[in-house]
Amino acid sequence: MPFSFVILWTDALVFVLVVIVAILVRHIRRHEHLRTPWLRVGKSASGMAALTVLLFFIIIGLLDSIHFRPALENRYNNGEQVYSAEVLSLFDVIVNPLRTNVEKTYSAPLAAYLYAKETVSLPDGHQVREFSRLKFGGAHLQHPETQRIDDITARTAAGIGLGFAAWMLLVALLALMLARHHQESFKKSLSSIWRGATEIPWNAVLITLAAILTLLGIILMLTPYYHVLGTDKVGQDVLYQALKSIRTALVIGAITTLIMLPFALLLGIMAGYFQGWVDDIIQYIYTTLSSIPSVLLIAAAVLMMQVYIETHPELFETTAERADLRLLFLCIILGITSWTGLCRLLRGETLKLREMEYIQAAHAFGVSHWRVISRHILPNVMHIVLIATVMDFSGLVLAEAVLSYVGVGVDPSMISFGTMINAARLEMAREPMVWWTLLAAFGLMVALVLSANLFADAVQHAFDPRIQTLSEKTSIMRRSSNRKNSVGPAAATPSSKKIKHTPPA
Amino acid sequence: MSLLLEIDNLATIIHTGSKMIRAVDGLTLKINKGETFALVGESGCGKSITALSVMRLLPDAGEIVAGTINLDGKNILLIPEADMRNLRGKRISMIFQEPMLSLNPVMTVGDQIGEVLQRHFNLSGTAIHDRIFKLLNQVGIPDPLRRMNEYPFQFSGGMKQRVMIAMALAGQPELLIADEPTTALDVTIQAQVLDLMRDLQHSNHMAIMLITHDLGVVAEMAHQVAVMYAGEIIEAAPREEFFQNPAHPYSKKLFASLPGKNRRTHELAVIQGNVPPLSKEFSGCRFADRCEHVWETCHNKAPDWYKLSENHAVRCHLFHNNTVLTSTYANTQNQSVSTEKTLSSTSTDAAALLRVTDLTMHFPIRSGLLKRITGHVKAVDGVSFAIAQGKTLALVGESGCGKTTVGKSILQLIQPTAGSVFFDGRELVGLTRQQMLTQRADLQIVFQDPYSSLNPRMRIIDIILEGINALHINGNRSHQSSSHQSRAAEERVDAILQRVGLPPETKWRYPHEFSGGQRQRIAIARALAVNPKLLICDEPTSALDVSVQAQILNLLKSLQYNLKLSYLFITHNLSVVEYIANEIAVMYLGRIVERGQVDDVLNNPRHPYTQALLSAVPSINNESKRAVMHLQGDIPSPATPPPGCHFHPRCPHAMPVCRKTYPGLTAFNSTHMAHCYLYSTTQSS
Repeated sequence: MPFSFVILWTDALVFVLVVIVAILVRHIRRHEHLRTPWLRVGKSASGMAALTVLLFFIIIGLLDSIHFRPALENRYNNGEQVYSAEVLSLFDVIVNPLRTNVEKTYSAPLAAYLYAKETVSLPDGHQVREFSRLKFGGAHLQHPETQRIDDITARTAAGIGLGFAAWMLLVALLALMLARHHQESFKKSLSSIWRGATEIPWNAVLITLAAILTLLGIILMLTPYYHVLGTDKVGQDVLYQALKSIRTALVIGAITTLIMLPFALLLGIMAGYFQGWVDDIIQYIYTTLSSIPSVLLIAAAVLMMQVYIETHPELFETTAERADLRLLFLCIILGITSWTGLCRLLRGETLKLREMEYIQAAHAFGVSHWRVISRHILPNVMHIVLIATVMDFSGLVLAEAVLSYVGVGVDPSMISFGTMINAARLEMAREPMVWWTLLAAFGLMVALVLSANLFADAVQHAFDPRIQTLSEKTSIMRRSSNRKNSVGPAAATPSSKKIKHTPPA
Repeated sequence: MSLLLEIDNLATIIHTGSKMIRAVDGLTLKINKGETFALVGESGCGKSITALSVMRLLPDAGEIVAGTINLDGKNILLIPEADMRNLRGKRISMIFQEPMLSLNPVMTVGDQIGEVLQRHFNLSGTAIHDRIFKLLNQVGIPDPLRRMNEYPFQFSGGMKQRVMIAMALAGQPELLIADEPTTALDVTIQAQVLDLMRDLQHSNHMAIMLITHDLGVVAEMAHQVAVMYAGEIIEAAPREEFFQNPAHPYSKKLFASLPGKNRRTHELAVIQGNVPPLSKEFSGCRFADRCEHVWETCHNKAPDWYKLSENHAVRCHLFHNNTVLTSTYANTQNQSVSTEKTLSSTSTDAAALLRVTDLTMHFPIRSGLLKRITGHVKAVDGVSFAIAQGKTLALVGESGCGKTTVGKSILQLIQPTAGSVFFDGRELVGLTRQQMLTQRADLQIVFQDPYSSLNPRMRIIDIILEGINALHINGNRSHQSSSHQSRAAEERVDAILQRVGLPPETKWRYPHEFSGGQRQRIAIARALAVNPKLLICDEPTSALDVSVQAQILNLLKSLQYNLKLSYLFITHNLSVVEYIANEIAVMYLGRIVERGQVDDVLNNPRHPYTQALLSAVPSINNESKRAVMHLQGDIPSPATPPPGCHFHPRCPHAMPVCRKTYPGLTAFNSTHMAHCYLYSTTQSS
């Protein structure tokens, strides 16, 4: 075999999460009452645009979670294949030139020369200090001073063209699919997409896609010849680092949630449902936990873990495994410190639900406590869980950056937004300033967190019963005027434009 | 009388996603100065939207698409919003149904009334203070000087509604829109509030637009009555004419579906089906699908107004050729009554199925750092009664008297503090959860609110099967193949759904797809699924419309007849009691003050509280005006019940001895007894 698969702990958890999500999607598709709020999410233009961006991040993250060790040329004496000590991911292979085109040190984005002078010995024996040419960036150019701008412009234009062509293809495919689905002409479905008349706001999705694909096209055309976002201190491509950071961020956001959920769900619902001493104990636990400064707790735990890892080097075959264990441990400790908020919410909601009459009816049937919890309470708090987890996701991504910056985050060998920012920190003081590392980390992180937040907004809007009240209440139109009253601001400030007048006949 | 408000051809629609709901569709009405105009109809017929349209306070999704609303000859739909603000609260005021939600909990009531005065009269300082004092005095709030600085939570429900009325009156409006002003209140409090509104109308000479579903309230209050159905008015008449001679089949049905004593042996007339969804397009008469006298024209052509007398108009094709048709119509009406199935009274089985003795439920009040018990809320304080197989005992009382707690402690949903519940030869108090499990199937409960009693995330089949599975009702738990078992379960659910009058295919649906009445049927089906002997009905019809209430009462009665069920019927609605109960127990502040056969108690009430309760119920038979005996004040808190007889602070016949000790039991015959000193001296047998 030319390679051997390596399944890291976090990889396994990521794929467990993927399976869980797939099962949930299947379950939701089958149940109409679960599907309706998701259809509402589908109708939100900002939510769908954010989801498109998120999907790109998720695809990169998933590709980056399939790890293996490539085989080396030589074999052991007993004929066994020798595998490289370096663990690669599928993503590494796809973007191979990015990973391997390593310069000597800093170079600015799209530069052809190094960012620092170095001593070069000329063929005639003289030594001069000059900005030497990069090994890869703009290496194809004879006279970078004159050709570089034109070359970049031409390639950018080609990239835009490529991206646009790919986009047109996608639009055509989509229109064709919709046309077949709705049994209408291709032209008609195209125009309905354009006018935003479709059920799902495809026009918003397509505009986002256009932006993403154009960017991708440009990057695709430029990367073989340039370092689009420059290189860092050891000459590694910053774009590659930024893209690799995505997985770390997603793992932190997703796996922490996975670890936190059982705590929050079980303890929150138990506290609210059983009350009495169970409630007291759980309340004491989370009150205590949330009054310990979480950064301190995390720092202590991570440092202990670090010592353990360093004293047991024999446990890890590769550095990647070491870094991965530390990442997992960070997720666990973040999970343990962050379940209290959701737990509190769930306790309150359960306190309310347990007085509902359908739960009283279940008691009258002698339904067991666990059945009441699993069949009556859990499904009715799921919307809170969902809203809380998507909201928490972006917070955790940011928390990782802060912790790594402080030095208690991920392993220094692991590329993450936090380590990138930490490395860039020192260079901000240089003259001339090295700004691109920070910019790259900042830009991608904002894109990720912003799209996650926008999506969370859309989810909350669709799931929070208090927000969607208006349309539902009017459709039920029960006589209780207090309900209409509780629409509150809407009723209190009626705009006169709402009232249209027909001239008296 | 001069015209104050004239609504002409008003149409309001509500946009909800894909559908457009024509909540009000071509509504025309006139309200004269100083007159009470009652708009009657079932829920969802557009009454409240009419009121909000007049106030121009529609929700964002609402839109007035046609028509005029003239106030004193000026179309208020054409004036700008700023002017409308000057109008609201000044010339038109509104009071809402739920006083608990209509007042701002963080402002004193004085400030809230003051807001209106500042806005419309530019008053300030002592002038405002004096006005607030006068207003609170006017609406009968005792000690207004102190109370005006208190917050809403310090007021009881009836008092809050008085404050709301004071707020509405602050602008000295010409028109008061009252949207179900007493629906959330107890009967004795309702009587007080209605009295107050009548008095204020006389003294202020204002018009009231009264929106209600309660024909009793209409009979007591209204001068003019308009019946609304599916977004339009279908009959308009002066009160006397309307109550003597309702013309539209719908109005007639509404009267026929009211439960009452004289209808005990019959099934109540029901209006089939539900109010049609207002999102659909109507081609003919809107009532056609539910009407018994429907003929071809009804489906094709929307009826016009037909005048029966000067002020009495009706929208029905039956009156097209006046006399001829109405006479045949009257005949069919009589026939339909006579062919109704007569329900024989249920068998007389003397052995009590359920015997409750001295049931006591005290909830501890804890306070302080160590959560020491500082007192008890005596929710139920020594209640005893018995129910025989196949009989119905009605437990009547106002809210907060502990009747729901009685129901729950019989079911052992809460452990009673003391007393015994003896059911079918077995003591239930003190049983463990496991032991109780064997009794659960025999005792079941139906709740008040059909919207919160069904889990929104479960299908109907799962809801109904829940009890069967939890209690292993299927009897032999032999190892049948699972597919066979599930088919058997499905058949069982089908049979139960048919029994409560729902088509079997509904079992795959979710609760939100059903109307309130249908949901209540499902809740009854859920309880029936485990073959109970006793059904505790906790206000099962109070959240439903009159016509739907009739359907549910008929269902309960036929189930009792067919399955020999016993009911403990917990309610505050005395007309329902008259219809369904065999025995009645009146509760006040945790204790039963009077009980007996339903005829004895209702025809010859002995306890002053029972008398007051009966006289407070608004009656539609205005001829037989009873001597109305109105209670003062509210129910005291069960945490600190008054010493002696609990009722003495509100009792018109209170004697010194009432304040000292609780009166003993006085029996008037073998079944009828009361706790009152008025009788103990003369009839202590």
